[in-house]
Amino acid sequence: MAVLTPTQPPQGVGERPTRTPRRVGFSQRLGRWDVKLSPYLYISPFFILFAVTGLFPLVYTAIVSVHEWNLLGGQGEFVGLQNYQDVLAQPTFWKSLRNTFSIFLLSSVPQVIGAIIIAALLDQNLRAATFWRMGVLLPYVVAPVAVGLIFGRLFADQYGLINEMLGIFGVDPIRWHADTLASHAAIASMVNFRWTGYNALIFLAAMQAVPRELYEAAIIDGAGRVRQFFSVTVPQIRATIIFVVITSTIGGLQIFDEPRVFDAQGLGGADRQWMTTVLYLYDVGWGNQKNFGRAAAIAWILFLIILLIGFVNFAITRRISTAGPRVSRKERVEIRARQRAATAALRAREKAARGGPPRDPGSTTDTPARHSAPTDRRTR
Amino acid sequence: MSSLPVVAQTAGPSAARAAARNPRRKATGGATRRPRWVTYTILGIVLAISIFPLYFTLVLGSSTPEEISRSALPQLLPDASLFTQFAEVVGSNAINFWKAFANSVIIAVVTSASVVLFSTLAGYSFAKLRFRGRGPLLVFIIATMAVPTQLGVVPLFILMSEFGWIGTLQAVIVPALVTAFGVFWMTQYLSEALPYELIEAARVDGASMFRTFWSIALPAARPAAAMLALFTFVQQWTNFFWPSIVLSQSNPTLPLVVRSLQANYFIDYSLVMAGVFLVTLPLLVIFLFTGRQLVAGIMQGAVKG
Repeated sequence: MAVLTPTQPPQGVGERPTRTPRRVGFSQRLGRWDVKLSPYLYISPFFILFAVTGLFPLVYTAIVSVHEWNLLGGQGEFVGLQNYQDVLAQPTFWKSLRNTFSIFLLSSVPQVIGAIIIAALLDQNLRAATFWRMGVLLPYVVAPVAVGLIFGRLFADQYGLINEMLGIFGVDPIRWHADTLASHAAIASMVNFRWTGYNALIFLAAMQAVPRELYEAAIIDGAGRVRQFFSVTVPQIRATIIFVVITSTIGGLQIFDEPRVFDAQGLGGADRQWMTTVLYLYDVGWGNQKNFGRAAAIAWILFLIILLIGFVNFAITRRISTAGPRVSRKERVEIRARQRAATAALRAREKAARGGPPRDPGSTTDTPARHSAPTDRRTR
Repeated sequence: MSSLPVVAQTAGPSAARAAARNPRRKATGGATRRPRWVTYTILGIVLAISIFPLYFTLVLGSSTPEEISRSALPQLLPDASLFTQFAEVVGSNAINFWKAFANSVIIAVVTSASVVLFSTLAGYSFAKLRFRGRGPLLVFIIATMAVPTQLGVVPLFILMSEFGWIGTLQAVIVPALVTAFGVFWMTQYLSEALPYELIEAARVDGASMFRTFWSIALPAARPAAAMLALFTFVQQWTNFFWPSIVLSQSNPTLPLVVRSLQANYFIDYSLVMAGVFLVTLPLLVIFLFTGRQLVAGIMQGAVKG
């Protein structure tokens, strides 16, 4: 447990015995202020910093976006929504949006599925469990730019290892740096490489919080491994799946590092076929145009899109988590009744277990479909 | 969980004997029995995929550019020529390797220390002190985690140039001094790990509020603080987007060096790969020693930074 340092009276130990009545006045008032103000003082660094480097820039982005504003020239005149019109009229902007979503879908869907499978594998009585867990986490400490460069070579159009290996199976070389979809797949694989193991550990934590009785019950009901996975594990970790999906949405739509280093120019390819929206923002603001007004407009548009998707995500997941899997009302009533019976039986068994080991088969009729009970530890 | 008599009754006497022989194998039931070789095989493949890119980096770093342009995997094992490549990366005039290394260390260390200190302060306040507005303020902090603040780069850049900080390390360090995630993380931990009795005892003994924090809360927060420091360190070490905007090639961090290696030596892929490995190496070493804590940290509910 925590380190228990016996605290000594701090100041003035030697000067005065502690029991003498203190002078009421300044020092006491100081003490009261100490109690009242300290909490605010302790939380203030975050709020001050957030106000200056988080909130202010976000709000100010809107102001910059309605002005003519350049990297060198600074603030120009008010132009209203001109910057937005300009941005929305650029085909590159729409292309970047398409690329961002394409890469995001290619990275998040396989990533979540892969992470759940790896977590299920890790959620067994493995030998050297820590070794395997560290093994899947290893890619996390490789910087995205490093991953981007390495994978850029693995996915080289000529003499790339991936193409060579595909050649063994008789597949023609894929032009990873020329084809739109192929380049998206390559970039998505970098994201997957770095985050799948990380997310697997999050899922693993959720899986370990699933009550083992549910599995026992499933086994007694005759469920095999696969059935256990789909009927017990997945419903039980749903909250965590939602959480991972939401965080990967926020991060995934702002992808920059990997596409930036996918080739030496770093501008999303000859035809801008893998230029993402944040990369486009960077190019407009600090690349050729040096146009802060437009860059700010792009930032605001993307910001609104992310918020919108966040809300949609939230609404959908709320619906899913309240509706649950396809269970009719009649079934639900039945399930609830069985649950009640099961918990009662469980309690009885616990009591009995202290005396002797009788195993009440009735206690295991607990249904695997129950989804009200213990969620995982991380609730947010 | 099950004691030996239970095993004897439910699974038979031989199982009980087996259980007695191998006490680590206590758990019974489907999900907890020892997995078969299939599991290990699949995990082995996953592990191989995790390690392969690093191995690939070393192999390419040991080959010549000509070999790389003619073959996908020029040789099977890295060799000693790797070290000459390392020396060339470190000594290259086009990039500032040692300066970048020092900068990365400074940024990662300073931000880790400051994130831990400020987050512990705020977390202690939220978890254990009573004050008006505590609930809403905490909700606000959690809500900010969902806001893509990265998109405020344009005004943040303008702000930094007003301060005259463009090209300096402050521009990277200051915005990262404390994070919403850190505050949330320490709040969660301290509300469970720190008993009120200890705080009250310190207060009764006459400690000031800050003294109480320093002598009671900070030591109690040590395990979570170490994990937070680790995550902040990794995050800052691998950070690219914002540093690439505010820092220049004359005063870079290591990820920027990777990028300029790519831009300057795109013909010499062997040198680029040697550089990529050098940049990754410090975190690999740290991972070797602290990977266990990172795993535990993520499983206790870490979020992507």
